[in-house]
Amino acid sequence: MKITVDEEKCCGAGQCVLIAPEVFDQRDEDGIVVVLEPEPPHDQHALTREAAAVCPASAIQVHDTP
Amino acid sequence: MSPNEQILQYPFAYETALEPAAEWTELRGTCPVATITLPDGSQAKLLTRYDDVREMLADPRFTRQDLFGGTGNSQGTATTSAAADTSESPLSVPKHGEDHQRWRRLVGKWLTAKRMAALRPQMAAIADQLLDEMTGRGSSADLKAHFAFPLPVYVICGMLGVPAEDRDRFSYWSDNFLNLTRYSAQERQTAVGELVAYMSGHIAAKRAEPTDDLLSALIEESSGEGEALTDGELLSTGVALLVAGHETTANMIGKMVAMLLADRTRWERLLENPSLIRSTVEEALRFDANGGFGLRRFLTEDVEIGVEVLPNGTTVVCAMAAANRDETAFDNAAEMDLARTPNPHLAFGAGPHSCLGQALARTELQVTLEVLLRRLPSLELDIPATELERLEGLLVGGLSEVPVRW
Repeated sequence: MKITVDEEKCCGAGQCVLIAPEVFDQRDEDGIVVVLEPEPPHDQHALTREAAAVCPASAIQVHDTP
Repeated sequence: MSPNEQILQYPFAYETALEPAAEWTELRGTCPVATITLPDGSQAKLLTRYDDVREMLADPRFTRQDLFGGTGNSQGTATTSAAADTSESPLSVPKHGEDHQRWRRLVGKWLTAKRMAALRPQMAAIADQLLDEMTGRGSSADLKAHFAFPLPVYVICGMLGVPAEDRDRFSYWSDNFLNLTRYSAQERQTAVGELVAYMSGHIAAKRAEPTDDLLSALIEESSGEGEALTDGELLSTGVALLVAGHETTANMIGKMVAMLLADRTRWERLLENPSLIRSTVEEALRFDANGGFGLRRFLTEDVEIGVEVLPNGTTVVCAMAAANRDETAFDNAAEMDLARTPNPHLAFGAGPHSCLGQALARTELQVTLEVLLRRLPSLELDIPATELERLEGLLVGGLSEVPVRW
């Protein structure tokens, strides 16, 4: 799994950090998303997908890799 | 008669406090763009389907229409929007495009998930203290008055560095901002003036003597170099945070607990499995049938919704609570499923204007459940759920009381 984010779209809601704090964070200077684990380990896949599904700005893309 | 041929009076009437309006299902099915008359007599279009509501809320071209003719600010959400909606000039922060994004990021960085998580111990301490006082008085009480209302007030006052002793005044001002029917234009104007004067005084005091709080931090930045809030933005941001951080979450705490106790198997499930707290909070936000007025958008260009074209100049009301019950977006939408995942509900709006304070609200709601489950596992409603009463006239939906025993 690979994650990409759209910083322009990000509205700083923080849902991704509340759901998957090991994968996402928010920048101190503006609250915009930071990806801590661009290729999250297996045990984070479900939470990562959930974070992407509920992002209010649809700013997180999950790409499945073989 | 089909709703297509009617002009419906909005907001709709409800038979009971926790159940959705009868109109929603029919409108979603047959009349997704309904014509409604608002309390002021003007006409608008009402959206009730999930996809339509989400798309309209997230459309960067449009922003809220202000209720009282003033310029509003931009933190739209189910819970905070109403408050922000009503701010009048001179209370204005940028509403559009890059200016809005700049403002949002300057304020939003103080409301991140991590910062809110750091406040958890303080929130829990406040909650414990409120429960000490409530349970010290007996074995039944109105949870709204003794817990749901004061908790977010103390939290936002602590964050802003304004004294919680002034909370009765905030309540009056915020009620004035949020109540559609109770106050005259004159009263509203007076209340806005008082709140602006109050906040200006606080900002002046923090300027002279900074303390460790959000207002002081914003002031410090605005006096430095680089991107910062203007003095006017600082004032309206302080006012918006105070009002928005107040009645909205208070009402949601009351409704969430009422929903969980209305069918007590829900409460018992949480007692058995507290790891469901996070998803329960999201489901309570989705399931809340009493979510308030909805968010308005004022169209500045023609927009197609399905087969219909809404002309430039139309006022659109987005009924997030109706959208959150849309069967095409949520399986078994009429069921409250405490484990529902993912739960992309629209209670906080969507897109560039979605609620700026949502991490704060979520954290407060989670802490509420953690503390209540720990302290009062025997909690139950003290009246039948069907006798709970809605607050009338508010932009933010709520219950007038939540009588409980333990």
